[in-house]
Amino acid sequence: MAAGVAAWLPFARAAAIGWMPVANCPMPIAPRDHRKRHDELIILNVSGRRFQTWRTTLDRFPDTLLGSSEKQFFYDEETKEYFFDRDPDSFRSILNFYRTGKLHYPRYECISAYDEELTFFGIIPEIIGDCCYEEYKDRKRENAERLQDDQDDNKDCKLPNMTYRETMWRAFENPHTSTMALVFYYVTGFFIAISVLTNVIETVPCGATPSQKDMPCGERYTIAFFCMDTACVLIFTVEYLMRLFAAPSRYQFMRSVMSIIDVVAIFPYYIGLVMTDNEDVSGAFVTLRVFRVFRIFKFSRHSQGLRILGYTLKSCASELGFLLFSLTMAIIIFATVMFYAEKGSSSTKFTSIPASFWYTIVTMTTLGYGDMVPKTIAGKIFGSICSLSGVLVIALPVPVIVSNFSRIYHQNQRADKRRAQKVQKARLARIRIAQTGSSCTGFLQSKRNDLLNELLELTGSEEEEQQLNKSMSLLESQHHHLLHCLEKTTAHEFVDEQLYEQNCLETTIQSYTSRSPSFSSQDGPMGTCCTRRGKMNSPLPNSSLPLQPSHQQGSLQELSALHIQCGDKVPHTNSRSSLNMKTDEVGLINCKGSQITTAIISIPTAPSDTTDGDGLHGPPQRRPPPPPTGPQAPSINTTASSNVIKVSAL
Amino acid sequence: MGALMVIFSLQKDQRRKRTDSVEDELELSAVRHRPEGLEQLEALTRFNRKELQILYRGFKNECPSGMVNEDTFKVIYSQFFPQGDASMYAHFLFNAFDTDKDGSVSFEDFVMGLSILLRGSVQEKLNWAFNLYDINKDGYITKEEMLDIMKAIYDMMGKCTYPLLKDDTPRQHVEIFFQKMDKNKDGVVTIDEFIDCCQNDENIMRSMQLFENVI
Repeated sequence: MAAGVAAWLPFARAAAIGWMPVANCPMPIAPRDHRKRHDELIILNVSGRRFQTWRTTLDRFPDTLLGSSEKQFFYDEETKEYFFDRDPDSFRSILNFYRTGKLHYPRYECISAYDEELTFFGIIPEIIGDCCYEEYKDRKRENAERLQDDQDDNKDCKLPNMTYRETMWRAFENPHTSTMALVFYYVTGFFIAISVLTNVIETVPCGATPSQKDMPCGERYTIAFFCMDTACVLIFTVEYLMRLFAAPSRYQFMRSVMSIIDVVAIFPYYIGLVMTDNEDVSGAFVTLRVFRVFRIFKFSRHSQGLRILGYTLKSCASELGFLLFSLTMAIIIFATVMFYAEKGSSSTKFTSIPASFWYTIVTMTTLGYGDMVPKTIAGKIFGSICSLSGVLVIALPVPVIVSNFSRIYHQNQRADKRRAQKVQKARLARIRIAQTGSSCTGFLQSKRNDLLNELLELTGSEEEEQQLNKSMSLLESQHHHLLHCLEKTTAHEFVDEQLYEQNCLETTIQSYTSRSPSFSSQDGPMGTCCTRRGKMNSPLPNSSLPLQPSHQQGSLQELSALHIQCGDKVPHTNSRSSLNMKTDEVGLINCKGSQITTAIISIPTAPSDTTDGDGLHGPPQRRPPPPPTGPQAPSINTTASSNVIKVSAL
Repeated sequence: MGALMVIFSLQKDQRRKRTDSVEDELELSAVRHRPEGLEQLEALTRFNRKELQILYRGFKNECPSGMVNEDTFKVIYSQFFPQGDASMYAHFLFNAFDTDKDGSVSFEDFVMGLSILLRGSVQEKLNWAFNLYDINKDGYITKEEMLDIMKAIYDMMGKCTYPLLKDDTPRQHVEIFFQKMDKNKDGVVTIDEFIDCCQNDENIMRSMQLFENVI
């Protein structure tokens, strides 16, 4: 249970008096508090530093070391204190957890030392409060990565049993794994450089021969450049095909950015090979050569920084978009103004608004080429305003991008938001499981246990009974008693989700309504809600739960407060355990009153067992129902033992 | 120019941080409530010193400011009923505890309510229960008020119940209640009818004693 909630339990229980006049049943007996009334101070001696706290403070979290009986192992009889040989500084935050209910992670603390302390004291780290959880997770991840890096550096031998394909892929991705990979890495790098250089030099005018004009080298030494190009493209093609072959997921590889860059880099060459003779398209073909410059992006496999830059730009897409938008707005505004301002002057370069765009952009970015200048006074005024505002407009979104870049750079490939959300969900799930798993699978489990106890009492097996008597803390038993009172007040019971869904299904599937004749004349208007089993009133015509033919004896009565309707629940649920568990009927044990048939569990006689797999319905009746008429046998709702019940963090 | 812009942006961040903290401080000066002394509370309620001490420690731990407002109250109460929705009933409870109607439950309200519930006579407890049901505090419980209360109680069960909760279950329960309590069949239950009827009902009398030993 959460810290403060335990303090309010007495209040909740007292407030339950508000239900009493409304309830139609007697209430279950409250659990007795056998412990001492007064609160005692406990002394915790942690490596010499004494901490003192109330016992009830520690009892708030019964599934931790300090809250459970595990601390008795550390009790020192002579000094009457609990001695722990741990770090007193870390203990401070652990004790504060008990006091305030929130666990904090102190920043100066080493992450692994803190983790160890938490493990020792039985506290799961997921409980760390939201204020400190981010920091904790970051530090933990950094630590894990550091350990991982160390491990990676240490292992440089190939893992055995890797297929040839996997080896190749590993070689491609991580060039330091083997010499071949390194060689490959440098060779490809070299050829990328050569290819880019070739493209550049192709356009430089070589020395002019006397016969011809200055022409670029590309046209002069066509063959040489062509051979160079071919060689580079061949290498790139081979590399691409090898990567494609080695990739674990080919489809994913083909969709990745790097492979698209590869394809774009080598495509123009092949298209050029195909289309050399067609005159019309050759103009377009020349344009295609521009794409050869994309080869330079292949360097990003070789450079980490380039990848981070690309990633930053991708993640700052919204800010970039905003920058673009605001710039466009300003450009259009100023271009319009300048155009109309300069319209009057003669031989003006501001021939149209789109023509003024160029001037606006050059002025706003404070470039000022000077190829277009305003001549009128109005133009000059607006031009200066344009230039001043340019500084402002660009200054606004750029720092956002800059800060984004620095954030990403420092975090260096931080996980996706999607992964963080998954972690958050996983964390909450872990908290829920830890808390429901250890302390109680809820109220329902305890009901089951109580019923089992009853069962075993009857069959007289002492040992099993003791086994089942899990010691529940007083707080839990009081809370269960409270829930029990609510059940009694409303004359309905809590069931777990599974059972509820089954019940829903049953009510919709079943269509058979029949009444067992043996129930026609039972004790009349029972009035009380406790007569669940067996005895029923005159059959009410509008029962929503029809009987199943094979279970005529068993009739679980569906209760509304007054009417005792007869409805049969099929106890078909996967009754795994031989001890048929029931999730209800505990209350009957506490009910008094002679008119109540306490036939909670009874063995159904012959005909009703057909669908019940296990056969054993339960131990014989507790008390013979007055008057015993015929086979009383109400059926038992055998249910499967529940799995995780959604209990809140109590 | 790029450097200039970066410098401007950094300065802007710092300035923003400073103004934020000033605003936060203004918000933080929340209401703090100090209860009356132990002696007065001892006189007003039926708890002894030790019990008051324990109660106050628990109360103050959960609500350091000394006052519980309705939302906190709902959250606290809902934690005891994980399967259902306890907010409506918590609302009624809150109104029952907040005797001075100032929108928050202070420690005095809390402890006086508890004193009635745990140490009061049966008459007082029944009075308290009547007060809880009588939503508009006019001295009569009408069927609508009872229906609201009943729905709130049934809401706490949630939907996963056995047998399945039907829509008119609260209404039927209210009918039973009125049949039992409303002696003169005038459609409302007065305090006298209520107390009379409860005192004649063995079950209710017994269950009223149930929580004697809670503290």
